[in-house]
Amino acid sequence: MNTVTAISPRHAAGQRQRERLFRGATLAAALLVLLLLGGVTLSLIVGAWPALAQFKLSFLTREIWNPVTDQYGALAPIYGTLVTSFLALLFAIPVSFGIAIFLTELAPAWLKRPVGVAVELLAAVPSIIYGIWGLFVLSPVLQRHVQPWLIEVLGPLPLVGKLFQGPPFGIGILTASFVLAIMIIPFIAAVMRDVFETVPDVLKESGYGLGATTWEVIWQVVVPYARTGMIGGVMLGLGRALGETMAVTFVIGNAHRIGTSLLAPGTTISASIANEFAEAVGDLYTSSLIALGALLFLITFVVIAAARLMLMRLERRALSSA
Amino acid sequence: MNRRAIRRAINVLALCLSGVATAIGLFFLGAILWTLLKNGLAGMSLKLFTEMTPPPGSAGGLLNAIYGSVVMTLIGILIGGPIGMLAGTYLAEYGRTARISTVIRFVNDVLLSAPSIIIGLFVYELLVVRMGHFSAIAGAVALAIIAMPVTVRTTEDMLNLVPQGMKDASTAMGAYTWRTVTSVIYPAARSGIVTGLLLAVARISGETAPLLFTALNNQFWSSDLGAPMANLPVVIFQFALSPYPNWQQLAWSGALLITVSILILSIAARLAVSSFTQGRR
Repeated sequence: MNTVTAISPRHAAGQRQRERLFRGATLAAALLVLLLLGGVTLSLIVGAWPALAQFKLSFLTREIWNPVTDQYGALAPIYGTLVTSFLALLFAIPVSFGIAIFLTELAPAWLKRPVGVAVELLAAVPSIIYGIWGLFVLSPVLQRHVQPWLIEVLGPLPLVGKLFQGPPFGIGILTASFVLAIMIIPFIAAVMRDVFETVPDVLKESGYGLGATTWEVIWQVVVPYARTGMIGGVMLGLGRALGETMAVTFVIGNAHRIGTSLLAPGTTISASIANEFAEAVGDLYTSSLIALGALLFLITFVVIAAARLMLMRLERRALSSA
Repeated sequence: MNRRAIRRAINVLALCLSGVATAIGLFFLGAILWTLLKNGLAGMSLKLFTEMTPPPGSAGGLLNAIYGSVVMTLIGILIGGPIGMLAGTYLAEYGRTARISTVIRFVNDVLLSAPSIIIGLFVYELLVVRMGHFSAIAGAVALAIIAMPVTVRTTEDMLNLVPQGMKDASTAMGAYTWRTVTSVIYPAARSGIVTGLLLAVARISGETAPLLFTALNNQFWSSDLGAPMANLPVVIFQFALSPYPNWQQLAWSGALLITVSILILSIAARLAVSSFTQGRR
């Protein structure tokens, strides 16, 4: 039988309809992503409204946090969040940079993959594991061996000494920063490694051709070329550190006050929410915690958005030069 | 000559330091795994999988918590996975160059790195307040919202790896895009998509913060999705911070259990994706 069967109009119409359905379904799912962001923003604003209406701007500037008298101010958690994240970056950036260099420029091929995978696995470990490890393993070590030394050696110094005074609690701002640093190292290192790999070989070879050492090529060729991407990676790590909850909740000590000493217990925005939200009674208390959440979302949104924009621009450059 | 020696010394020093940095990173991974094994294995027994979480001071297991974690993770990925796949399909096939896609990609990236505790607050406002109580389904929805951006991203990346020639061949035979996607592109990218789903499961199965005020916890066996449900992360959180030795022991065993599962998932995902991308290049 060599007849050519024409596609029946009904069949064609069915196909067209399914195409419309499928296209509509994928578009709806994609738009849901936008809706989700809108929904999160809206629900945080609505939830935070009673607290913000009550305290107005003083919510941001007061240290008091008293459920008994229903007075709430966000200064202590904001301070804790910013200080722990800043210190975590201070510890994490050099180590991540070293790992990225090791993985791209130094490691022999057989070592590259296993070490790279190990670093990525470190990123897959859930944050609660870092928390429990930080509380039971890291903080006793810091309390017994590191903090007494800090207090003795750095404590008496003028200015800087203020940061290292008081008893060695083990838990506190410094310990939380340490755990955060360990958590964000794999993220920053992975981004830096990927960025370093986009540096064209020709550029590096020109450097070597002029007689530069490996380090000089890295510092004067690779780093300037990859700067935007490196900053993007650091900002991603920062976004993570700012919002990290469980690891910090275990080791921060949960004290709503601002101490000058880094060894003193403190709190962060996310730790306050995690600790108090399920037990918060009273609308103003709940609303104040949600207001903290809205604040955290605003801060991390700005940081993450800036990081993504930088990395996006870099991707476009890589595409246009390829 | 002297100058050259200095440059050499700086070079060696810098490279040594980068090796030290790598050693530090690996040391912490080793230290964490070692602690988990040492403390977790001590409590490993059959009881862990057959008995409920106990009151302080008496023996028990983690059965209800394991069950709750598995159920909520499964529901989470069953909601978040397909939606994420569809959205990723739109970005890779229909709206590849559309302006709205750039916006969606950007927003998705932001959601991907947004603090998970914020998602918990959102679901609390959305579901828990409306229902009037904590529930397993609220926990599952929170996990779904976290799984979705991960799936969107990996699906788009994987579909983009499918050679344009295959898509063109299908289109040239008169197939509509939906036909091409379901019969040609999805099968070609299958292992890549599965990898994305595995990574999403690995991500949500350790999440604690979003469950704290959605599913909360339950000391007893419950399979009611409308009621609070025990789950490993929250049980670990509460038990580890308790003063009771038997609770702390269970927390360590739970921590070991969850970490080993997640590491196995991540390694499996990596193996799947490397076989996929090698076949492509």
